[in-house]
Amino acid sequence: MSAEGGVKRYLTPGWLIVWIILIGGAVITFRRFAIGLGATTNLSDGAPWGLWIGFDVFSGVALAAGGFTMAFLVHLAGEKSLKPLVRPAILTALIGYVLVIFGLLYDLGKPWNIWHAMFWINHHSVMFEVAWCVMLYTTVLFLEFIPVVFERFRASRALKVMRVVAVPLYILGVILSTLHQSSLGSMMLIVPTKLHPLWYTPILPLLFFLSALTVGIAMVMTEAFISSKLLRRGLEFDLLMRLGRYLAVLNLFYLVVKFQDLVRRGAWEYVFEGSRESIYFIVEMLLFILPLFILFNHRLRRRRGFLFTSSLMVVLGLILNRVNVSFSGLLGSTSTRYFPDIQEIWISVFLVTLAGLVFGLAARYLPIFTHEEEEGEPEPEPARGVGPRTARSEGSA
Amino acid sequence: MRKGLLIDFTRCIGCGACMRGCREANGLPQPGPDVPRPDELDGDNYTVVLQHEDEEKGGLFYRRLCMHCEDATCVSVCAVHALRKRPDGAVMYDAGRCFGCRYCMTACPFHIPKYTWDTNVPVVSKCILCWPRLDKGQEPACAATCPTGATRFGAREVLLKVARERVHAQPERYVNHIFGEKEAGGTDVLMISPVPFEKLGFQTEVPTRPLPELTWMVQEKIPYVIVTGGFFLWGLRWIINRRIELAHGETGAGGSQEVSR
Ligand code: SF4
Ligand code: SF4
Repeated sequence: MSAEGGVKRYLTPGWLIVWIILIGGAVITFRRFAIGLGATTNLSDGAPWGLWIGFDVFSGVALAAGGFTMAFLVHLAGEKSLKPLVRPAILTALIGYVLVIFGLLYDLGKPWNIWHAMFWINHHSVMFEVAWCVMLYTTVLFLEFIPVVFERFRASRALKVMRVVAVPLYILGVILSTLHQSSLGSMMLIVPTKLHPLWYTPILPLLFFLSALTVGIAMVMTEAFISSKLLRRGLEFDLLMRLGRYLAVLNLFYLVVKFQDLVRRGAWEYVFEGSRESIYFIVEMLLFILPLFILFNHRLRRRRGFLFTSSLMVVLGLILNRVNVSFSGLLGSTSTRYFPDIQEIWISVFLVTLAGLVFGLAARYLPIFTHEEEEGEPEPEPARGVGPRTARSEGSA
Repeated sequence: MRKGLLIDFTRCIGCGACMRGCREANGLPQPGPDVPRPDELDGDNYTVVLQHEDEEKGGLFYRRLCMHCEDATCVSVCAVHALRKRPDGAVMYDAGRCFGCRYCMTACPFHIPKYTWDTNVPVVSKCILCWPRLDKGQEPACAATCPTGATRFGAREVLLKVARERVHAQPERYVNHIFGEKEAGGTDVLMISPVPFEKLGFQTEVPTRPLPELTWMVQEKIPYVIVTGGFFLWGLRWIINRRIELAHGETGAGGSQEVSR
């Protein structure tokens, strides 16, 4: 590979956008820590939580749920055919959790005190439980992922050790995930008078858990589609269709529980009250309901575009849900107005971009998509990728 | 013993002495004489005196400050114990301990904790019942400076009795509601008023049971989830893998743990 070709590759329009995001992100990061939250966010006493909590933390954790749902399906529930999707899912989850912690550093007023959570423990605080689960689960994810690195360097001894602890690790991972995915919902149980009744319900933890399962699957699908484009690799389309059926059932189950709860609490009337909250709620629900029409339709589910759209909608629906529950649905109680500052949005985009880059890098140097040789379906359209390529396309170039 | 404040709005003359005394006692910046009074609590004000024009009762003054809940929501959500309930009633704040998650601000049902947003070493700002003064045997600064006795410091039981007596003795002067007697499971700051509290922007919709119970009900189940979940997952895998292995005709191998017996 000539040096010139190496440099040129990073000067395409796609990469230019990436560079702009990264440089802007660095500048805002400096401003955030040098001047403070007031200068970089639109947060206020009436809106103490905003985009960085709602998107970077609440959504981030849920979007990384693919790691444990796939580990459960394949390694514990015996759905072996989906195995090729496990590694990318675990990698995404690992990157996702590291970025959640990283993102939290932006949002905490005194991030240098984050380690206090390990020493002064208030076991009554749901925040304590979430913090510990996230910490432990990130470690578990790391251990679940490390065999890939061992494989790359042919460390067969180490691999053998990891194989012995694999199942206990998967079990531990599923339990820790179940706990903190639902606990993020429990965090909001304490605001019965502040959170809008469309979202406040005693079963918030259950809804958070079910929606995390759903979006875990949706995220694995969305990501497979996107990475196959950007990394110019094959697409496991038959596997994704299969996963689409799981998505359909989980999504429907989540909605059934959610609607039953809405009826039971008599919160139906708020859906059509025409307020800002009701509009957000309707959009959120549509993003979950519309994909069902695609997923339960055997013809549509076989079309790439449709399958991709359905998974992407679930992802967006989940983000909107977490945004609503963690800050948007609370604003009404103080009649505060809050819309994220451009710098808040930029940092969120910056973090997602970082995640993408790390994923691309890992995919290039580590055996993440090893199955492609055996089971991968070749990508028919010539992809115009902007991201780094896989090791395979690199080798053949 | 739980101590607290009784604030009688009918006796408040709106002089603002408590605000000045509070800032002085807590080292908060004193604004110049012609700076208008803030109309809400903020990073520099643990308490504010506000005015209300009532159609029936005419003008009146009232105060906003932390209620010092007995089972305080903010104390229960703070993961690092930066907020603590002292035996004498004060809900204190330890800025050195706080990591700035602002969960307390989100959770407090009375919208009390505020934040100093414009610095890169921000702190939570709320009334601490002048606990350093309590330790020295003094009253909180607001009670000590109040010229009319509208703010009075004392044991909660005593204050509650005084409040009841006043409300019962003069039903035409007070609404029959002692704010803080039952709200959020009871608070150590009590208030009595000539007009309904919701008219003054107080959160009368707050449930009478302590809010921390809502999360504890879920939180306390965690150990069971871990144990039950662990066994369930292990069992599930055991059954399914055994089946897969049988289907593959590998029963005689004896090598894997699932078929070893
Ligand atoms: S009023 Fe709010 S800040 Fe004060 S003790 Fe109660 S929960 Fe904490
Ligand atoms: S902001 Fe500080 S005081 Fe408030 S809950 Fe978080 S750590 Fe505790």
